[in-house]
Amino acid sequence: MALAEASAPRPGLARPPLGILLALLWIALMLFLAVFGDFVAPQEFTAMDLMARLSPPFTEGHWLGTDELGRDVLSRLIASIRVSLIIAFGATLISAALGTTLGFLAAHFRGWVEQAVLMLADFQAAMPFLILALAVLAFFGNDLTLLVLLMGLYGWERYARIARGLAISAGAQGYASAVRQLGGTPRRVYLRHILPNIASTLIVSMTLVFPEVILLESGLSFLGLGVQPPMTSLGNMVGYGREYITRAPWILLSPAVVIVLTTLAVSSLGDWLRDRLDPTTR
Amino acid sequence: MTPLLEAEGLARVYASRRGVFGRPVAVRAVDHVSLRLGRGETLGVVGESGSGKSTAGRLLLGFEAPDEGEARFDGAAMPPPGSPEWRRLRARMQMIYQDPLGALDRRLTVAAQVKEPLDIHGIGAPEDRAARAAELLAATGLSARIGARRPHELSGGQRQRAVIARALATRPDLLVCDEPVSALDVSIQAQVVNLLSDLQAELGLAMIFISHDLRVVRQISARVAVMYLGRIVEEGAADDIFARPVHPYTKALVSAAPAPGKTGKRILLEGEPPNPAARPSGCAFHPRCAVAVPRCRAEVPSLADLGAGRRAACHLVAPLSGQEAA
Repeated sequence: MALAEASAPRPGLARPPLGILLALLWIALMLFLAVFGDFVAPQEFTAMDLMARLSPPFTEGHWLGTDELGRDVLSRLIASIRVSLIIAFGATLISAALGTTLGFLAAHFRGWVEQAVLMLADFQAAMPFLILALAVLAFFGNDLTLLVLLMGLYGWERYARIARGLAISAGAQGYASAVRQLGGTPRRVYLRHILPNIASTLIVSMTLVFPEVILLESGLSFLGLGVQPPMTSLGNMVGYGREYITRAPWILLSPAVVIVLTTLAVSSLGDWLRDRLDPTTR
Repeated sequence: MTPLLEAEGLARVYASRRGVFGRPVAVRAVDHVSLRLGRGETLGVVGESGSGKSTAGRLLLGFEAPDEGEARFDGAAMPPPGSPEWRRLRARMQMIYQDPLGALDRRLTVAAQVKEPLDIHGIGAPEDRAARAAELLAATGLSARIGARRPHELSGGQRQRAVIARALATRPDLLVCDEPVSALDVSIQAQVVNLLSDLQAELGLAMIFISHDLRVVRQISARVAVMYLGRIVEEGAADDIFARPVHPYTKALVSAAPAPGKTGKRILLEGEPPNPAARPSGCAFHPRCAVAVPRCRAEVPSLADLGAGRRAACHLVAPLSGQEAA
């Protein structure tokens, strides 16, 4: 951009620290596996090899071992990463969009709209989400779309509160009211000015919600209400591997390690992004 | 000819709660403010903080609806804030803020923000707008290089120039400046005031200049209105008011303003600064007034015409021979 040349050189392109590079690499690997998993996986994730049940890791042909039905753990892990990431990404985006929209509506209309949104947010925060999810899944059965939509209701109240608070403070005095006073429509004020200005905060909260969604999905699958066999997810693998934890701990450990590393990578990335996205601290 | 801006008995009442369980108290931030402003005229509004001058500015621009009275722009009543007609009217009346950094979007370049009013009101062909923005920046003394920067990379004076350039983008008829220079260094203040004054003369703008700084107001305004506790207490030609103040409050204000080679003693105001929530009975100024008589406690003085374009709200000021009365 022309403005980058005109102004003083920014240190914005400096290399991120090593930890962040590793986190980025890990996330890139996860995304790659989610997209191209079918080509990378050594076997079909449902293929059984009953002669090689519960083989330990580093067995020929089964580098992460096999489970109780002789299914290759590595192949199942790759399939699980795909399902878990779809759920986590989909749900995080839905809840960010929903929460931000409701927050802006509350900030714009005030009055009873604001009261209603805040009451819903309080309700959401007060209700253990797992219980709510259990109830919904028990009534409506579980299908992947429903699961994503349901998870999309998780954490929206945080975005709504952040968006409402920041939009009100921007509107009370400052750039947002200045644009309104220039004659800008509410759409311009909210989408072109307030949203970019609060995006860094929202993105950071997305990186906080993302690991929680992975953990929540894992929890639900572990309880048997999430992803149903033969489909598999990280939590699902941990749940079924639990029964063999003494004899074949690798079934449970490999998805558990992926969950830990992915959540850690996403939250440290979010922490780093928060500082980078603020133009005044660059 | 109808005046550009006409206000009739404007009042704005806020509810303010004192303490956790206190009953809400009605605070009349602006009370019975009436004024007229012709095309190309400048009106200075002075008063101490809390006198309602900023609120009056917001009411005159239609940013909030008055609780009583009416403001008319170009003969037509002000549309309700936020309505499409109200938004369209913004192209003809603009505001300059006290805090230019707060009024600018820190994520966008200055040039993009100066261009924004043109985008909002669809002025000019889209491809010509960038050139027009550069022209506006040049008119306020900012180079294209500065236009490519973001607000936090500019100095205070440059930011205020950018805000002025943005306000002038739509060629407004009316500009309201709310303490436009009080956040700036004294050396920069003079530059910005001169810039406003030049642009005002060049473009034939009508301007309302709100400030607590008498020197600045005197430099830029043809007429001055003095506000105390939400009411106009004196109004008249700037030179006239500063040379021969008639209202006791204006006298104290003028005597307190420093000026080179000035002699004569200052009038020190006694008593507490005004509290709009506990408005004194009668003339709001009487507890601090040196010449108050019993009538001042009981009866609110009205803004009486003294002739020669002067108006004052004081029981002790008689028409025409105003200067000696108090």
